[in-house]
Amino acid sequence: MKSVRLDHVSKMFGTAKGVEHVAIDVKPGEFFTFLGPSGCGKTTTLRMIAGFYYPTKGKIFFDNRDVTTLQPNKRNIGMVFQNYALFPHMTVFENIAFGLEVRKLSKSVIKEKVERAQKLVYLDKYGTRKINELSGGQQQRVALARALVIEPDILLLDEPLSNLDAKLREETRLEIKRLQVELGVTTIYVTHDQTEAMTMSDRIMVMKEGVVQQIGTPQEIYNRPANHFVASFIGESNMLEGEVMEISGSTVKVKVDSDLQVEGVLDTAINKIKVEVGKSVKLSIRPEAIFEGQGPNQLHGTIQLVEFTGVSINYLVQVGSATLKVMIINKGNQILKRGDSISLYVPEKGVYFINE
Amino acid sequence: MNTDQAAPLKESWWARLTQSKYFIYILISPLFLVLLAYVIYPFYQTFIQSVVGSEGAGIGNYKRFFSLESTANLEALWTSIYISVISVITCAIVGVTMAFLIERYEFPGRKILSILVLVPMALPPLVGVLSFTFLYGESGIIPRALQALFHLDSVPFSLKGITGVIVVHTFTMYTYFYLTASAAIKGLDPSLEEAATSLGSGRIRIWVKVILPMLTPAMVASALLVFMIAMASYTAPLMFGVERTMTMQIYLSRTNGNLDMAATQSTILSIVSIAFLIMMRWYQGRRNFQNQSKGISVHRTELRTPFMKYLSMLLSFIGVIILMLPILVLVLISFSVDGEWTIQIIPSAYTFDHYIALFTDERTWRPIWNSLQMSFVATIGNILFGVAAAYAMIRTRFKGKALLDILIMIPWALPGTVVAVNLIAAFSEPSVFSFNQVLIGTFWILPLAYFVRHLPLIFRSTSAALMQMDQSVEEAARSLGANWWYTFRRVVVPMAFSGILAGTLLAMVQGLGEFVASILIYSTSTMPLSVAIFQKMYAFQFGTACAYGVLQILLIIFVLFISQKLTNGKAGAVI
Repeated sequence: MKSVRLDHVSKMFGTAKGVEHVAIDVKPGEFFTFLGPSGCGKTTTLRMIAGFYYPTKGKIFFDNRDVTTLQPNKRNIGMVFQNYALFPHMTVFENIAFGLEVRKLSKSVIKEKVERAQKLVYLDKYGTRKINELSGGQQQRVALARALVIEPDILLLDEPLSNLDAKLREETRLEIKRLQVELGVTTIYVTHDQTEAMTMSDRIMVMKEGVVQQIGTPQEIYNRPANHFVASFIGESNMLEGEVMEISGSTVKVKVDSDLQVEGVLDTAINKIKVEVGKSVKLSIRPEAIFEGQGPNQLHGTIQLVEFTGVSINYLVQVGSATLKVMIINKGNQILKRGDSISLYVPEKGVYFINE
Repeated sequence: MNTDQAAPLKESWWARLTQSKYFIYILISPLFLVLLAYVIYPFYQTFIQSVVGSEGAGIGNYKRFFSLESTANLEALWTSIYISVISVITCAIVGVTMAFLIERYEFPGRKILSILVLVPMALPPLVGVLSFTFLYGESGIIPRALQALFHLDSVPFSLKGITGVIVVHTFTMYTYFYLTASAAIKGLDPSLEEAATSLGSGRIRIWVKVILPMLTPAMVASALLVFMIAMASYTAPLMFGVERTMTMQIYLSRTNGNLDMAATQSTILSIVSIAFLIMMRWYQGRRNFQNQSKGISVHRTELRTPFMKYLSMLLSFIGVIILMLPILVLVLISFSVDGEWTIQIIPSAYTFDHYIALFTDERTWRPIWNSLQMSFVATIGNILFGVAAAYAMIRTRFKGKALLDILIMIPWALPGTVVAVNLIAAFSEPSVFSFNQVLIGTFWILPLAYFVRHLPLIFRSTSAALMQMDQSVEEAARSLGANWWYTFRRVVVPMAFSGILAGTLLAMVQGLGEFVASILIYSTSTMPLSVAIFQKMYAFQFGTACAYGVLQILLIIFVLFISQKLTNGKAGAVI
C-alpha cells in the first residue's frame, strides 16, 4: 500500500500534447479512477505511472520515492490490461506464477501463492488450462490474479471490463471492488464508463483532451460538476443559458426566456463563479431534479416524447424555447402522452450554476 | 525509506544511459555495422573497381559497356530484359489461370492439382534446370521417345537457347503469380460479384470493373518480383548455353580475367535490381485492397456437361504429369548406373549404389558435409541478425528505420552472381571487416555469402510473427517485474518461435541448395553440394548428381511441410 503523487506531470508526443499538468495525490488504499472519453489522456497518465512512458515535465512519487524515470519492472506494480495481455504460450498457473518467478521465490512458495490467488478468483481447478481454453471472463480473472499475486504496491487497471459482455461486466465489477477492499491495495482505474467510475471509486478524476476537468468523490462530481463538460459527461443534464435578473443574498434569478425563469442558490464557497445582474450565466438541471406538480420554479410545458424504462418515465418537455429532459420515478402514476401539457417544478437546490 | 532512496542513486549512470532516447542507437548500431560490412562495403568495393580499374580512374568501363562498336554487353542487357519480360508474361498467364481454375471451379482432379501446383517450389534452381535438360533437352527423354514412337529421323523438338530458359523460368516462377493470385481470389468476396450482378451488370463488366481491379495490386507485385528473379537468373542460361545475359557476362568476364568489366556489369545489374526492389516496396506500401468482410465463403462453379468433365479430367491429368515429371525423372536417373545411359530413351541399368555412396563414400559425402557445415554457420548468423533486426524494426522507434528495412532487403534483390562478385571485390584483400584476413579461398567466404543472400528470410518470418503479437503482452511482463532480457527470453522468443523456426529452416535449406554465388567463390577444399552436382553432371555421373538432387528435394519438402504446419498454412508469406 503506497500513495501515488503526480506533481504537475505533462507528456508530449513529439509536438502533439498528450496530457498537461496533471497533479493528483492518491492516498494509500484509495480506489482512484481516471474517467474521460477516448483520447482524453487517461491511459497516457496511467502508462506514466506504470513506467511505460516517461513524463516530459513533472515528477511521479510512490510514497516519497521519486519514480519518474524508474523502469516499469522496478516499480512493484500490478497491471491489468484492456486485452488482458496474458501469455498465450503458458498455462493459467504459469501466467500467474510469472511475476513470482521473476522475484526468484522458491518453488514451494510460488505454488502456495499461486494456488491461493487462483482460489481468490475462483479458478482453482484451471491451473493446467491454456489461455485460449478460457472464456473472456476467466481470462480477465487470470489477469487480475497475475497482477495481485505479486502483492503490488499499486494496482493499475486499464479499462479491464471493456471486452466483457454487459452481464459479466457487472459481475466482474463487483469482484474487482471486493478484492480491492479486501486487500486494501492502492488502485488506479481507467475507464470511459461513468457507471463503473461512479460505483467503484473513492475519487474520480475527469479528463478531457489531456486536461484535468475535475477531481472529487463521485457525489461531488455528480452534484457539483465543475463545468459544462463534466455536467454533460457524467449523467444526463439539461444545460441552459440565461440572463441574470436579480441577486438577493445567495439566491440568483435567471431568465432563459419569457416562459422559463428559474431561481437557484449559488454557493460561492465551492462554486467559484461570478454572477452580475444583466450578464449571461450557464446552469444545469438534472432530469431527476425536475418534479411533476406545483412548487418553486413553476414551469409549464408540452410533452414531445415519452419513454418508459420501468424504473422511470422519461419525458422530453418543450418549455418556451427550451426542451427539457425530465425523469419521473415510476410509482404507478398515469403516464402522459405526446401533446399533453404538464406542470413541473424545480427545487432551488436542483439548479446548479456552472462555468464554461 | 533509506533503502528506497539509495537504489536510484546506485544505478543512476546506467539508468541515465538506458533511459536516454539515444540509447536505442547504441543497440541498433551492430545491425547497421553488419550491413555496412557485408552489404554496403562489398558493393562499394565493386563500384570502386569499376571506376578506378587497372587503366586509371574514369568512367571508361561504363563507356565500353554502352559502346555501340562492341555490342556484347548491350546485347546481354537486352537479352536479359527480353527474357525477363517474356517470363513475366508467361508466368502471369500460367499462374493466374491455374489460380482461377483451382479456386473457382470444381472438377475431377482439382484437389491433387491444388497440392502439386506448388511442386516447382521444391526444386532447387540447379536441380530444376537439370531435370528439364534430362526431360526435354536435345537428348532428353521426351523428344527421344517421340522420335522412336513416330520413327522420325531426328528429335521433333528440344529445349535449347532462349526458349529453354523461358520455359524453365515459367515452370519455376509461375508459383509467385499463383500464390498471390490465389490469395487475392480467396480474398475476393463473392458478395461483391453478387452485388454487381444485382445492380444489373453482366459477366464481362464484372470482370473489367470488379475482379481485375481487385487483382491488379497482387499482379503488379508478382510481376515486379518475377522480373527481378528472372534478371538474376543464372543457372538456366548456364545450362542452356545462353551466354548473352547479364549474369553470364559477369561470370565470363571473371573467368576471362576481365575483373574491371565484371565489376562494371555487376554494378549495372545491381542498379537495375535495386531499382526494381524500390519500386516493389513503394508499390506494396500503396496496395491495400483488403476486403472488409469477414468469413468469406467460397463457392466453386461445378462443371456440368460430361464433355467438360472429361476434358477437365484429361487436362488435370496432363497437368499432374507435367508437374511431377521433373521429380520423377530425377528419381529415375538417380538409380541409373553412371555412364550406361547414352543413346537409349531411358537409362538401361539401375543400381542403389549412389544412395549408399552418399553416406558411406568419403568423396561423395564430403560436399554434403561441407554444405551442412557452411549452411549451419550462415544460419546461426542469420538467426542472430534476423531476430534482432526484426525486433528492432517492429518494437522500437528510431530514425533510419526505412533505411534499415531497405538495406536488409537489398541482398535479396541482388543476383547471387553480384553478391559473389561484391564479396570477391571486398575480401580478396585483408580488411577491418574480415578481421584483417583474406577470406577468399577460405572456408568462411561461402557461409558469408549464404549469410548475405539469406539475410531477409529470418528477418521477414520473425517480423511477421512479432507483428501478430500484441505489445501489451511484453508490457505485462515488465509490469510483473521482468527486465528486458528476461521478457525477451521468456515471452518474446517463445511467442515468435514458430516464425523464427520457419525462417531458420528455410535459410538452412536455401544454404544447402545455393549454387549461383557458390560457383564463383568456392574453393576445392570446401566444395558445396550444388557445385558437386554441377561437376558430376559434366563428368557424366548423372546418377550421383541426381541422387544429390533427390536428397535436396526431400530436404526442401520436409522444410516446406514443417513451416506449413508452423505457420498454419501461411508459408507463402515466408517465401
